[in-house]
Amino acid sequence: MVLSRRLVDNLSSKWMLSCLIFCLLLPLAIGTGLVLKSFPLFTNHPLGSLIFSSNWSPSDGQFGFWPFILGSLWVTIIAIIICIPLCLLAAIYLTQFAPGWMLKFMRPVIDILAGIPSVVYGVWGLLVIVPFVGDKLAPYFGVDSLGYSILAGGLVLAVMSIPYILNMLLEVFRQIPVELGEASLSLGATKWETIKHVFLRKGSSGIISAYGLGFSKALGETMAVLMVVGNVVQIPQSVFDAGYTLPALIANNYGEMMSIPSYDSALMFGALLLFVIILLINVIFRYIIYKSELI
Amino acid sequence: MQTTTPIFKTNHVERETKLHAVAMEVPIVDIQNLNVSARKTQILKNINIIIPKNSITVLLGPSGCGKTTLLKCLNRLTDLYSDLHLTGSIKIDGDDILNTKIDITHIRQKMGLLLQKPYPLPMSIYENIAYGLRLKGIRKRSVISEKVEKHLKEVALWDEVKDRLKSSAQKLSIGQQQRLCLARGLAVEPEIILADEPTSALDPISSRVIEEEFLKLRNDYTIIHVTHILRQARRLADYVVFMYYGEIVEYGPADEIFETPKPDILKEYMKVGH
Repeated sequence: MVLSRRLVDNLSSKWMLSCLIFCLLLPLAIGTGLVLKSFPLFTNHPLGSLIFSSNWSPSDGQFGFWPFILGSLWVTIIAIIICIPLCLLAAIYLTQFAPGWMLKFMRPVIDILAGIPSVVYGVWGLLVIVPFVGDKLAPYFGVDSLGYSILAGGLVLAVMSIPYILNMLLEVFRQIPVELGEASLSLGATKWETIKHVFLRKGSSGIISAYGLGFSKALGETMAVLMVVGNVVQIPQSVFDAGYTLPALIANNYGEMMSIPSYDSALMFGALLLFVIILLINVIFRYIIYKSELI
Repeated sequence: MQTTTPIFKTNHVERETKLHAVAMEVPIVDIQNLNVSARKTQILKNINIIIPKNSITVLLGPSGCGKTTLLKCLNRLTDLYSDLHLTGSIKIDGDDILNTKIDITHIRQKMGLLLQKPYPLPMSIYENIAYGLRLKGIRKRSVISEKVEKHLKEVALWDEVKDRLKSSAQKLSIGQQQRLCLARGLAVEPEIILADEPTSALDPISSRVIEEEFLKLRNDYTIIHVTHILRQARRLADYVVFMYYGEIVEYGPADEIFETPKPDILKEYMKVGH
């Protein structure tokens, strides 16, 4: 009896360890696979020109990824810039000012928003955002635009990221102890001063990581962006220009035109780029969080 | 002997009146018919007490009897809980804080708060104290530095932290954090210190530092101290308010209450507490 309990105990921890190792190895395996698959491309293209060249004509053997990298970053940055004030203020209101029932009501609403398939957001973007940008916003700024643009992609992506980021921010603010607020209020601070000086600072690492994770997730978002961003290989000169994102490049072209030499490994290199950019962003945000926790 | 407060029986007052004769005439806190309820449960029932100036009043009673709620009513932190409903009056320096147009932040600055666990603000040691000073409108750096030093010395923390004022307050030990919280509260120059079991998370030595601090501070401040520890109440209290299930069962000068406890529940509490 004693022996078997000990055995189960030992085995259970081994199982957990092997699951952990599997989880850790998976991204490593994906990364290695991507490197191996895109390797043929490196043999006749220097890395610098692959990344920074904007000449994309696969049939001529020209693979410049710069327009895709810029397109992806533009769309994501617009989305996050929209999300930052929106989600932060909403989260503060819901946790600090709103009556309890409102938070209870909002939770399932947020979950539903998060659960909507991205293709649905894409259709909504096509029907609402693209005409809005093309017919209203662009003329307002005196620009000619079809609506299929970086801005449309950013707007749709922002709406998609809101539930995800808001959920994390709500958790951040809920974890700040009430007593910390009481301490600040008892020193004579107003509620706003308490939020500004105490809660935002206390939650800073959580807030940063919420946006960091939101950024990585938004960067990889494919379907909805692909449907509204225009998919034109060019370096966007303004947010009203059409663009092309890395995930859209892969999704649109993988399995087609594979007879073109190196095309396959070029797409794999696109995936590798995405992988590395997301990894880099994660490392940067980790570092910022680490720094902000020292305060 | 003149006492304006009928709640403290006259025969005991001898020792107390010597210390508090003046104070008793100007009660600093005067609570009348205070009732607090949350939805359908009544948390505090018909509280009537007067807390005299420059003394330590201990709110004693078992956990969950409403001591903390009573304390939080005094600086209206109860505002944070929208389901709490307060009736009655709490007069502090003559102002009824439950029915007043005076800015609540001014009322709160009359009171320093010390909680069960220390909650240092997420900033440096220096900033923890400077925060309250800035809220009071003090902008001059030299004045702030001076006061930071003064209040850190007041709680015997200065020597331990003077070389790392800019480092995070979270890095201090829990006992140091609690003293920092006390200094932070004192820095806004309150009249009253509200302490909610401030030693419950501390080791005996840090607890003693806080207790000794309170005994010193009694000369300049009015301290309202919540505890369920009988021995601590004996060590500190000038006055005792014994609470049970949201009601005040007994109140009066400490020595009288501890010498001759009247209500059965208090006798029971004291017997078990020994």
